[in-house]
This record gives sequence, structure tokens and C-alpha cells, in this order.
Amino acid sequence: MTWSEMQPLLEQACWDTLYMVGWSTLIAVVGGLPLGILLVLTDRGGLLQNLVANKVIGQIVNIARSLPFIILMVALMTFTRWITGTTIGREAAIVPLAIGAIPFFARLVETAVREVDHGLVEAVQAMGGNTWTVVRKVLVPESLPSLISSTTTTIVALIGYSAMAGTVGAGGLGDIAIRYGYQRFETQLMWITVAILAVVISVIQFAGDYAARSLHRRGAHSGPAPKLRLLKAAS
Amino acid sequence: MPLCPGTPTPAHSTVTETHVITTTDLTKVYRSRGREVTALDGVDLHVREGEVYGVIGQSGAGKSSLIRCVNLLERPTSGTVTVAGQDLTALAGRGPRAGKELRQARSRIGMVFQHFNLLSSRTVQDNVELPLEILGKSGTERSRKALELLDLVGLADKAKAYPAQLSGGQKQRVGIARALAGDPKVLLSDEATSALDPETTRSILALLRDLNRQLGLTVLLITHEMDVVKSVCDSAALMENGRIVEAGTVSELLATPGSELAAALFPLDGEASGEDRTVVDVTFQGESATQPVISQLARTYNIDISILGAAIDTVGGLQVGRMRIELPGRYEDNVVPIGFLREKGLQVDVPGREAVLAKEGAK
Ligand SMILES: Nc1ncnc2c1ncn2[C@@H]1O[C@H](COP(=O)(O)OP(=O)(O)OP(=O)(O)O)[C@@H](O)[C@H]1O
Ligand SMILES: [Mg+2]
Repeated sequence: MTWSEMQPLLEQACWDTLYMVGWSTLIAVVGGLPLGILLVLTDRGGLLQNLVANKVIGQIVNIARSLPFIILMVALMTFTRWITGTTIGREAAIVPLAIGAIPFFARLVETAVREVDHGLVEAVQAMGGNTWTVVRKVLVPESLPSLISSTTTTIVALIGYSAMAGTVGAGGLGDIAIRYGYQRFETQLMWITVAILAVVISVIQFAGDYAARSLHRRGAHSGPAPKLRLLKAAS
Repeated sequence: MPLCPGTPTPAHSTVTETHVITTTDLTKVYRSRGREVTALDGVDLHVREGEVYGVIGQSGAGKSSLIRCVNLLERPTSGTVTVAGQDLTALAGRGPRAGKELRQARSRIGMVFQHFNLLSSRTVQDNVELPLEILGKSGTERSRKALELLDLVGLADKAKAYPAQLSGGQKQRVGIARALAGDPKVLLSDEATSALDPETTRSILALLRDLNRQLGLTVLLITHEMDVVKSVCDSAALMENGRIVEAGTVSELLATPGSELAAALFPLDGEASGEDRTVVDVTFQGESATQPVISQLARTYNIDISILGAAIDTVGGLQVGRMRIELPGRYEDNVVPIGFLREKGLQVDVPGREAVLAKEGAK
């Protein structure tokens, strides 16, 4: 295969991947963020303590997370057709990708939100804030650096899952690597795809880490840390 | 007007006889996994308007539980809490969540915390604005008020800093500014100075004292340090095992024979130099401090008096003198001179005597 043959293929694949991962990330964040927060709030000692609801949500999340993606995709066929009107193509792949990522992201959110100092929650309660105020003014902003890291992790995982979306004809970089590289022995194309994937993932990881760190820098944990590091380096 | 920390303010008192915080028969029982802990056991607390009231006690005595019950962060198991004439326990309703009325009442009660509890994601100014956001104030009003309060606590130049860039004392000043944002009548402070060094502790206490004087703010503070009570409190209560065992204004406490709080507020050292000697603690307050009673005593009864220890101090804005003296002879021989001192209007304690009396009573 010549470069002029490969180029349009790769271009299309990049867009397909971007499209699938972009939308499913968005849906995962919109769905997983409230779910993760709810997991914290309904737990024992939480502001909306409801142990039954907590167990139910927790179980659903666990089951959804334990299913291999390929099975989730097949299991969701009917649902996908109901939503998008089809079971093949990019749009059809977004449904299982998003549904697989929601519980994944929700667990990460839960961990991040649990880290928020309970004293801050009490301070807002003492000011007369309600639960919604606590969520908006404390839980989300205070865990934002961790939430950004969680989003990065989710995007990277979704890029991995999206490779399998080729099985429903959704295209994307992973699909090219499998179809051309593995099935047709186009080794060169496969390596280029792998390289692109590696670069994309590195860039996303870097950008995510950078964003999380720059938010974190002004946070409480980073106060005396740089000085200590300098001292250690000097000694 | 900025308050300069540490500068003495005119010692005019803002205390009135109205009770602004009252708890009646307050109990709090924590139940967790079958275990029960009684943290509060029938607490009656009366805090007068405009005073600084200190609650002191050992770890686990129930101090935090008490102060958290005052704004109902903790639900009392029984009893009532009234703040500024409003029965908060009645507002609380039955469910675990705070209803609208209780939240409104809370917004009029300021609270400062041991670990400051500032949001690390917000600047100092935005932290102070938070209660105003909750109250639904407009942006311009919020920033005006926040800057005014930061000026009041002496941090006007730190408005744009993040909490991580402040020292502990500065963080607590922000915490205090934030607690004042809703124009509260009452400020609750749970060990606000326990995480600070002695120097910073003094400046924060001076700030609280100034706010109390200048704004007429009633302050209920919890501490385990006697120095805190000594330097700022008009009244104090001692807690043990979920109960208040002593309470009153500082001068009432000092006038109470055998008061543990008074002895701790004003400790005296010195042991009797022999078996047949009697040690007597004499406390002077106000008028009686000016009379030359000790020399009168020596002259009248022709006895030699040795002074083992003496101190004059200001406790809660009150000049108090205390002296430990030694009289020759046993207690039984000194009943008359001790009576003379009492007659002169002094408070006289005979250390160790209470224990003896209690033993005799038991027989
Ligand atoms: N949330 C809780 N659940 C169960 N027990 C609790 C809880 N909070 C406090 N207690 C118990 O209640 C008692 C009083 O606690 P409290 O925190 O009021 O004491 P404190 O006087 O503030 O002590 P410290 O000086 O150590 O802060 C203690 O025995 C404590 O273990
Ligand atoms: Mg405590």
C-alpha cells in the first residue's frame, strides 16, 4: 500500500475514533458524575444516607463494570437499535461505549469525592447550605483535579474499547489496525496506526495531567511541597 | 475600621442579662453498631448576650458535641436549644436533613473550626463570599462585604491569595471573616486556636475579644486550654463526662469556695513547711484588694504569717489577686484568724481541708 492509499484511510479512521470517543466520554461524564456523587451521598453517614439505594446503585455499577466490552455490545443490540435506529456504524458504537464507561467513570468519581475533607462539608452546612450547595460548592470544585485525572483515564480506556467497535463497522484507528494489519498483513499500515494511537494517548494523558496539576498547585496539598523537594535535592 | 491584633481595647463590657444561647436538659447519645456513648448528659447552658463564654474540659468530655448541637450540626437526642429567641430543635423537624428554616437560622450563627475548613479551590476573598452566595447576595454586594471583613481581620492584602499560601493564623482569620459574613449575633468556635502556636493563639484570641467588644458579638468557645479561658472569657463552664460540673461568670467562679475552675484559672504553688501549720488561700477581687488585710491580721492576732506565693492577674477583664499564706498552728488553732479574713470580705480556701471535711462527713 502506498502512502497516498493509506492517507485517506487513516484520516477517516482518526475522525471516527475522535467522534466515538468524544461523544461517549461526554455521555460518560454526564452520567457518571452524578452517579458517583450519589454513591457517596447515599452511603452510611452521607448527606442523603439511603443504604438500600446505595446497595442497588453499587451492584448495578459493579455488574456493568465486570462485563467484557464485546459482550456488553452484543447484549445492548436491541437498546442500541431503539436509540439510534441501527446496530452498525459510529453512532451505534457510541451507545455501548458510553454505557460501559458510565459505571467505570462513576467509580472513579466516587473515589475522588470521598477524598474531600468532611470538615468542608460541615462548614457549608453551618453556613446554612443545603445538599445541592454542598455538591456544587464543595464536592465538585474540591475534587476537580482528581475528576480531571479520572476523565483522562476514562478517555484512554475508551480509545482502547473503541478498537473493538470495528466489529460493528464503526471504523476508527483500532479497526484499521485489526483489519489491515492483522487480517491483510499490511504491517506498515498497522505500525503507523499503532504510532498514531500511542501519540494520541500520550498527548491526552499529558494534557490531562497538566490540567489536573495546575489546578492542584493552588490547592492545600501543594503548599510547602516544592520547598521540601528543593531541600532534598540540595542535601 | 481595621482591628489591630494585640492592642488592648477599652474594657467596656457589652454583656447584657438576656440569654442568647440556652440549652435545656440537652442529651446526646451516639449509637453506632449496637454501642451507645452518652456524649451529653443533661446539659443546661446559658450564654448571655455580648459575652465570651468558654467551655473547657478534657478530651471526650463532650465539648464538641455540645457546640455542634447548638447549631444542630448534630441532632440532640433530647432537650432543646434556643439561639436568639428561636427554638432550633423545633425547627429541625424529624428527618435527618436540615429544612429551610433551620438553614436560615444557621446562616445567622457563625462558626469557626480547629482546622479552618477553607475551600482550597477558592481564593481568600471567594471563601469569605461563600456564605453570601448561599444567602443569594449579588456579586457587587458580596465582594464589598468580603473586602470589608478581610480588612476587619487584617488581611486586606491577601484577598487574591489561595488558602495554601497562608499561615495557620492567617487561615483562621479568613475563617473568622467568613463566619462573620452573614452578620451573625453568635459565633461558635470549636478549638479555633488548638492548631496554632502560642503567639498566634494570642493574636487570634485578641481578635475574637475585639470583635466581641466592637460588634457586640456573643462568642461561645470550646477549648481544652485554661489560658484561653483566662485571657478572653467573661464566663466559663467546666465539662466532665457529658455534664457541666461548674459554670458561671469568672468572678462568680473565683468567689466559689473549692471551685476547680477558679483554682485552675489561678493556680498557686507552695506546700506547708511543717505538720503544725495551716495553708490558706486568699482571693481578693475589686475593693478588698486595696485593704491591708494581711498586716491587720498579723497585728490583731500577733501571729507570724509567711507568704508562700502570690499573684495578681487579669482574668476575663477582672483584676484579681490571690495569695497563699501560712499560719502557725493546725487548722483548729486558726479558726478565728480565718474567720477574720472572711469577715473582711475575702474569699478564703483551705487547701486539703475539703477532703478532710468530706471524710469526717462520711464517718
Ligand atoms: N460521631 C460520633 N459517633 C460516636 N461517638 C462519638 C461521635 N462523636 C463523638 N463521640 C463520642 O462522644 C464523646 C464526646 O465526644 P466529643 O467530641 O464531644 O468530645 P470533646 O470534649 O470535644 O473531646 P476533644 O477535646 O477530644 O475534642 C466521646 O466519647 C466520643 O468518642
Ligand atoms: Mg472536640
